[in-house]
Amino acid sequence: MSTGEKFVQMFIAIGLFFGVVAVILLLTQRLRSRTGELIQSAAFVLPAVLLICVGLLYPAIDTIYQSFRNAAGNEFVGLDNYQTIFTDSALIKVLVNTAAWVVIVPLASTAIGLIYAVLIDRAKFEKFAKALIFLPMAISLVGASIIWKFVYDYRQTSDAQIGIANAVLKFFGFDTYRFLQEQPWNTVFLIVIMIWVQAGFAMTILSASIKAIPDDIVEAARLDGAGGLQLFRQITVPSIRPSLIVVITTISITTLKAFDIVRTTTGGNFDTSVLAYQFYVESFRSFNQGLGAALAVLIFVLVMPIVIYNVRQMRKLEAR
Amino acid sequence: MAVAAVLVSGGLVLAGCGGSDSEGSKASGTSPGEGKTECAQLTQFGDLSGKSVKIYTSIVAPEDQAYKDSFKLFTDCTGAEVDYEGSKEFEAQLVVRVKSGNPPDIAFIPQPGLLKTLVEDTGKVKEAPKQVSDNVDEFYGPDWKAYGTVDGKFYAPPLTANVKSFVWYSPKMFKENGWEIPKTWDDMLALSDTIAATGIKPWCAGIGSGEATGWPATDWLEDVLLRDAGPDVYDKWVNHDIPFNDPAVVKALDTVGGILKNEDYVNGGFGDSKSIASTEFTDAGLPILKGKCAMHRQASFYAANWPKGTDVSETGDAYAFYLPPISEDFGSPVLGGGEFVTAFTDSIQTQALMTYISGGEWVNEKGKATKNGGFVSANKNLDIANVASPIDKTSVEILQNPDAVFRFDGSDLMPGAVGAGSFWKEMTAWIGENQSTQDTLDNIESSWP
Repeated sequence: MSTGEKFVQMFIAIGLFFGVVAVILLLTQRLRSRTGELIQSAAFVLPAVLLICVGLLYPAIDTIYQSFRNAAGNEFVGLDNYQTIFTDSALIKVLVNTAAWVVIVPLASTAIGLIYAVLIDRAKFEKFAKALIFLPMAISLVGASIIWKFVYDYRQTSDAQIGIANAVLKFFGFDTYRFLQEQPWNTVFLIVIMIWVQAGFAMTILSASIKAIPDDIVEAARLDGAGGLQLFRQITVPSIRPSLIVVITTISITTLKAFDIVRTTTGGNFDTSVLAYQFYVESFRSFNQGLGAALAVLIFVLVMPIVIYNVRQMRKLEAR
Repeated sequence: MAVAAVLVSGGLVLAGCGGSDSEGSKASGTSPGEGKTECAQLTQFGDLSGKSVKIYTSIVAPEDQAYKDSFKLFTDCTGAEVDYEGSKEFEAQLVVRVKSGNPPDIAFIPQPGLLKTLVEDTGKVKEAPKQVSDNVDEFYGPDWKAYGTVDGKFYAPPLTANVKSFVWYSPKMFKENGWEIPKTWDDMLALSDTIAATGIKPWCAGIGSGEATGWPATDWLEDVLLRDAGPDVYDKWVNHDIPFNDPAVVKALDTVGGILKNEDYVNGGFGDSKSIASTEFTDAGLPILKGKCAMHRQASFYAANWPKGTDVSETGDAYAFYLPPISEDFGSPVLGGGEFVTAFTDSIQTQALMTYISGGEWVNEKGKATKNGGFVSANKNLDIANVASPIDKTSVEILQNPDAVFRFDGSDLMPGAVGAGSFWKEMTAWIGENQSTQDTLDNIESSWP
């Protein structure tokens, strides 16, 4: 399709959209009764519901259906794919890695974000300090991974070093280290990249939340003789608890979907693969549709409770 | 070989039965190229003005320009445009596009294994028209036809080829030190010891290639297996008629390990043997220019990786010699690869382009358009004068030599789960984590679907 044709299609699509809205408006504007209002709202909700069904619900159901089928998707195999996930030694490693990511990343980034937010709160150079930690957020995960791949670059000790991490090791007289190759620490070094990106997000939300703590509470605590650490534990953390939960859960979900970092740095080699990356490998490289779908469903199942918990927390937050 | 022979004969029988329908194989009107001699093969399709062929491929800038240029004659002769779209995500995206009903007209597929998957899983690949099939019979050896054949039906004619059994070295460095190009495997090991004694690492190696990390190691194994156990065992191994961890394969991989896992031999300037896993294959040979290592086993296309200004010639900074044979019983085996033209529509313009590419004209056009080298084909009609670089010329000579024992890259022929999955991954673990040969091959065997 040429660019011209694509534009024509785009304009037709936009025209159609306005057309449909106009028709709905015309048809429903005469309805004034209570049932009329119902029809009116239904008319507006329906297209959205339809699109969600086509774009979200149908693929989800289809994926679940495929997860019970074989590699080519033409035969029913029952729970075989799920059994493979939990029995194949390579896939178990993937599960263990994913667990490590999901535990370490949210806790570490939130802790770093929180401590940082408290330390720089109302400091002279607050804006600058915030920008510093927030910057990685603006970099894509692929970009961040490429940066860190250079940081971790390995050359033998006697040679000139390209990677800053090994350059530092060499400077202090240590041997250079294969950061991305030595198990199990390589997974931790990949996790560091994610923390580097996510800490800024945690800091921003938590900093805003800390600023929202009423001054009189803080003052009252000070008058009662609370010191810095006590203030932090008794006042700051409980006051921002809902935001903390939102931050932790949001980062958990992002971490479960982490794919770019593994793909860019190690390509899943040296036992660093995680669920989302393995899903891609099975579906699009090994053409094992069934197993790929089963992994996707597993991610979905794991994310679900976090999403539900997160939504409930946000509602509570809004209700206050 | 038996299997290949069956495939070929099956393909021939079917081709004889007629291939595509004659209906709709000619457009009305007179082709714009009527009367011009260079258009002889293309005018039969009639006037295709206003039509276009969509090509999807993994070949991206800067190599894509030569392809675009090589289709100019096609457009001039038939009037049909060629829409060229290259993507580094080609392998994954192609399957998605085909399954979702949005396939290109033509895809250039580098792995016969992927072609097989597409034919069997999607059923959307179109059989090649009779004329294309005839062209391939005329211009290529029967093995090349077999790679484009699935279950006895012929689908995909070859596009390009490459030769992998090369060892890159520096002619200048060899001359200064009085080293000679080895003629046998034992000579090569003796030379390696000589070089190692001078303090230079004899071998540079790297198998890093982003997501595809590991493939250069699979080539090593295939090359050695072909030399050590012979083409018959190689064919059985590729077709899984013998297990992946057959004793012959174990022996071959241990032979590879004799070089790649020998700390005296590797790895010029990057570290010990394990560093091979983290070194990009594109960077791996460059220390040759600095005199840090002497030899780098890599395909003909490595020519493009030398920095600008490097003299790539028989007496220059870098050149390649043929990876020597191990056993006298199996002649001079050559490992290679290639790409195949796969059609998803059977419109006239698609058939016309396939006919053009599979015929004897296009390869010469492509050769002329590829001015800096990097184009090789097994097409017998390719005039070596039209191939730019000396390494390409050598490769073409090897491919056109009827006595050469040529075998296609095994990992490209295997099912995707192995060829682009466990084989790459386990070989990376073999070198990067020093995993044992037996474990490595056992793991790959157990992953065969």
